[in-house]
Amino acid sequence: MELVQPLHAPGFSLRQLNGRDWLYALVVLAAAGVAYSRYGHAMDGYEQGILAGSALGLIALGWFWKSWQWYFPLSGALALGGLALYGDDLARGQTSFGLKFLLSSQSAIMWMCFLYFLATAVYWLGLLRRSDFLNRVGSGLTWAATVLGLTGLFVRWGESYLIGADVGHIPVSNLYEVFVLFCLITALMYLYYEARYQARQMGAFVLVVISAAVGFILWYTFDRQAHEIQPLIPALQSWWMKIHVPANFVGYGAFALSAMLGVAELLAMRGILTNKLPKPEVIDEVMYKAIAVGFLFFTIATVLGAMWAADAWGGYWSWDPKETWALIVWLNYAAWLHVRLVKGWRGAVLAWWAVIGLFVTSFAFIGVNMFLTGLHSYGTL
Amino acid sequence: MRFAISLLTLLAIASVIGTVLKQNEPYPNYVVEFGQFWFTGFEWLGLFDVYHSSWFLLILAFLVLSTSLCIWRNAPGFIKDMKGYREKASESSLAAMSHSVALPAGVSAAQASAYLRGQGFLVREASREDGVLVAAKKGAANKLGYFLAHIALVVICLGGLLDGNVPLKVAELFGKVVPETRDIPQSQIPPQSRLSTSNLSFRGNVTIPENSTADVVFLNAGNGYFVQDLPFLVTLKKFHVDYYSTGMPKLFASDLVVTDKQTGKETVATVKVNHPLIIDGVAIYQASFGDGGSPLRFKAWNLGVPNAPAQTLAAKSLGNQPVEINSQRYQLEAGELRTFNIENVGDNNAAMGVNKTFQEVMQSAGQVKHDKQLRNLGPSITYKLRDAQGQAREYHLYMSPISQDGRPYMMAGMRSEVAQPFAYLRLPLDDNNSLDDFMRLRAALMDAKVQSEVARRVAAQALAGQAIGREMREPFEQSVRWVLDRFGQGGFAALESFLDERVPKDKRKDVAQTYIKIVQGAVVEVDAVARERAGLPRRPVNEANYRFLIDSLVGVSALFDYGAPVFMQLDSFDEVKATGLQITRSPGKTIVYLGSVLLVLGIICMFYIRELRVWVLVKSDQVRVAMASNRKTSDLDRDFERHSNALQQLARGE
Repeated sequence: MELVQPLHAPGFSLRQLNGRDWLYALVVLAAAGVAYSRYGHAMDGYEQGILAGSALGLIALGWFWKSWQWYFPLSGALALGGLALYGDDLARGQTSFGLKFLLSSQSAIMWMCFLYFLATAVYWLGLLRRSDFLNRVGSGLTWAATVLGLTGLFVRWGESYLIGADVGHIPVSNLYEVFVLFCLITALMYLYYEARYQARQMGAFVLVVISAAVGFILWYTFDRQAHEIQPLIPALQSWWMKIHVPANFVGYGAFALSAMLGVAELLAMRGILTNKLPKPEVIDEVMYKAIAVGFLFFTIATVLGAMWAADAWGGYWSWDPKETWALIVWLNYAAWLHVRLVKGWRGAVLAWWAVIGLFVTSFAFIGVNMFLTGLHSYGTL
Repeated sequence: MRFAISLLTLLAIASVIGTVLKQNEPYPNYVVEFGQFWFTGFEWLGLFDVYHSSWFLLILAFLVLSTSLCIWRNAPGFIKDMKGYREKASESSLAAMSHSVALPAGVSAAQASAYLRGQGFLVREASREDGVLVAAKKGAANKLGYFLAHIALVVICLGGLLDGNVPLKVAELFGKVVPETRDIPQSQIPPQSRLSTSNLSFRGNVTIPENSTADVVFLNAGNGYFVQDLPFLVTLKKFHVDYYSTGMPKLFASDLVVTDKQTGKETVATVKVNHPLIIDGVAIYQASFGDGGSPLRFKAWNLGVPNAPAQTLAAKSLGNQPVEINSQRYQLEAGELRTFNIENVGDNNAAMGVNKTFQEVMQSAGQVKHDKQLRNLGPSITYKLRDAQGQAREYHLYMSPISQDGRPYMMAGMRSEVAQPFAYLRLPLDDNNSLDDFMRLRAALMDAKVQSEVARRVAAQALAGQAIGREMREPFEQSVRWVLDRFGQGGFAALESFLDERVPKDKRKDVAQTYIKIVQGAVVEVDAVARERAGLPRRPVNEANYRFLIDSLVGVSALFDYGAPVFMQLDSFDEVKATGLQITRSPGKTIVYLGSVLLVLGIICMFYIRELRVWVLVKSDQVRVAMASNRKTSDLDRDFERHSNALQQLARGE
């Protein structure tokens, strides 16, 4: 699971691609082609565009981050295996061994939850004992959890169509599904930076926020039965959902990641765990990069959201609570980036600010759904 | 900058207030919630429509201004910087850079230039007194990002301002237009509350029943509203609503015909959620739906004349009409007709995971589909009955029988205040699913002659069954008659009030038991007498029939608290649906989208294009290599190491 990436990352050029890169691209194109030939008739023009864009985006991501080249196909293959076990009968989920214990969406997601908890514990042990071995194990467990999580979402996508052709939809439509997505994206971004900066000790902190999300998923499943697949209400029946929601969660995931790094940096600066954590400057830099990525995607997601709102609610900006809080989150991180880049601030203040940013982000993400009523009431507790 | 930050903070706080305090509610709601004192203060601050209040717009305008100034001030320097190579940098300043190294001589200026060009740099050579300086740069678009992003903000705000209601606010301020606050027909609204079709931007709502036409929308304006004339007529042909098997809505769609007022051109289209219709820059959205005023037919049972058969009463949902009952005048105000009332009648505890075994919980967690016991309770209607004094009670009726414990009932809810929940009474239905049996029994229970007859029969039966002695016959018969009479005047409540007034506390329970026994025993005979008179056979004695009689007693008793002179039963209706459309004109939309694209491009340039500058000062004895970037991250360390190593290797001729 080692990331194969030269430290001296030069500018990108096609000449540096090797056979593996091209093979990966071929696999993605083939998968997109099969998807198009099988389901293209059910897609509108926009959805076909999204399919093509996703294929190109996935290829670019795989070329940029080599680990993605095995991660994504593996999750996809597992999901196809799971769906093959289903055939066209949802009830097989309770009778087929492979589905019941591993590959049905709920089993895969429960495995994901368990592995994230385990990874958190192992990372902490690794941090406290300064054991590189344990940190590597933590890293492996996080990878495994992330593979199963994506598998779970893919299988869930298929399951929704097994319930009924009119029920089927991409699993990013309610709070349960997006929480799984949140865990995956946060973990993936962390895994990228972990390898890029050779700083596995940060895992102990990042996995805490993922574990909190996992705790929510479990409560939501066992207490509220929120994992049931529900059909889409008319407002959500749109291709916009396929791009707006994932883009948003890249933002949320990155902001959550940066907040946990903020905590780590603050501790390291105060002499707690200092000799066990990476240097504060390294943490600081990863934090900045995460916020920069998050800010970009959050901006895109908000713009997409506004465009969707123009179609669904009749106005690109209605000062709906969700929109307003998105603006507040955006202003918050815009100001953070400003003081860092223009004023050259570093260190404790920005770290604290990133931590507070998580609270603002969480409110925009969950708080608005819990406490405020508006047009964007798609996930309630 | 500091001022801008404090304004931004203020903006954020104001936005938070706007999300916590529900915006644009009807003003009376706010008065109820906050009281008159706070209401006045909040209204003065514009807190009920924060985002359109003058101070909020002022802050926005100031931020636009300050961003514009920021661009204006920085532009010349940035452009100069983007164009320049900084080939005047002195050797000492190059040496003072954080990323700087002196290499032994060996690499020529031409070699260095070729290498840097190969690495994608733009290169300029300058011969100076101290040697040849190769100045290279890459990623100048980073600065372009700054321009794009900040110009984007200004563009977005201007676009938004164009679509906002600033011109309308200004016109309102100068008294050119006045919002209408009265609830009057659209045609009577005076010109100063009407906005012409030339209005640049608007967003309003209108409700159109099936086969009706509208050519205006209504714009919210604080305590009142404006009427916006549309350039076309919108006719709703049909409204479609579809549900999933779970009862969740699946489809809302309006079949519309839009007719241009000037050319008469007709456009036929279906508007769905997420699929608006755009005509001449005006967009029509599916926003809501409801009842459009459906003709209804009620069966009305006059409660004051128990023997009278039910009469048919025609009405219209969402309509008002006078009715005269027992020579009293009432106003019947029909509410909304709802044709679907889907409820989950499954075991709620089971669904919520209460009292489940571990295994059941695990099994449930493993499945993504659960069977729910959903039931459509069928159509329902609400109406108010307002008396001459203006007092009203509100009623909620289900049209279809509702089954409870396997028996059919007619459910009717009543409340005297809007804030209260409905209190439901249930009347048992007979074998034909009608109220006839119940109403006949009720009439008999209230009929003095029947009461006497029943008292006589019950006493005779008691004597024959040797439950009482001969001497007790007369007092027993009287007691039964008295209890039935009392019940017939006020139900169980009348008996209870008698107990409370006349019977000592310690004996009340026993006496009450006796009364209930008497009523429950006598009701069988009351029913028998009622049926004899109607020429019907006696009801066989069995559990189901006895249950019917007991339920009837409860129903008769509850009707005394019903507070209406008639019991209305929804008999049939012809549904007319209505669609709620939002109609907008927003010329700023394209501008805002353009700004958004600029913003995203700008952010990409700012964060993902690194500005890199390299200087190679080739002297006779040494080569000075220095690098600078606008971001001091570890990437710069790596790049510096790479380029300086490469140049060193070139020098060695490798």
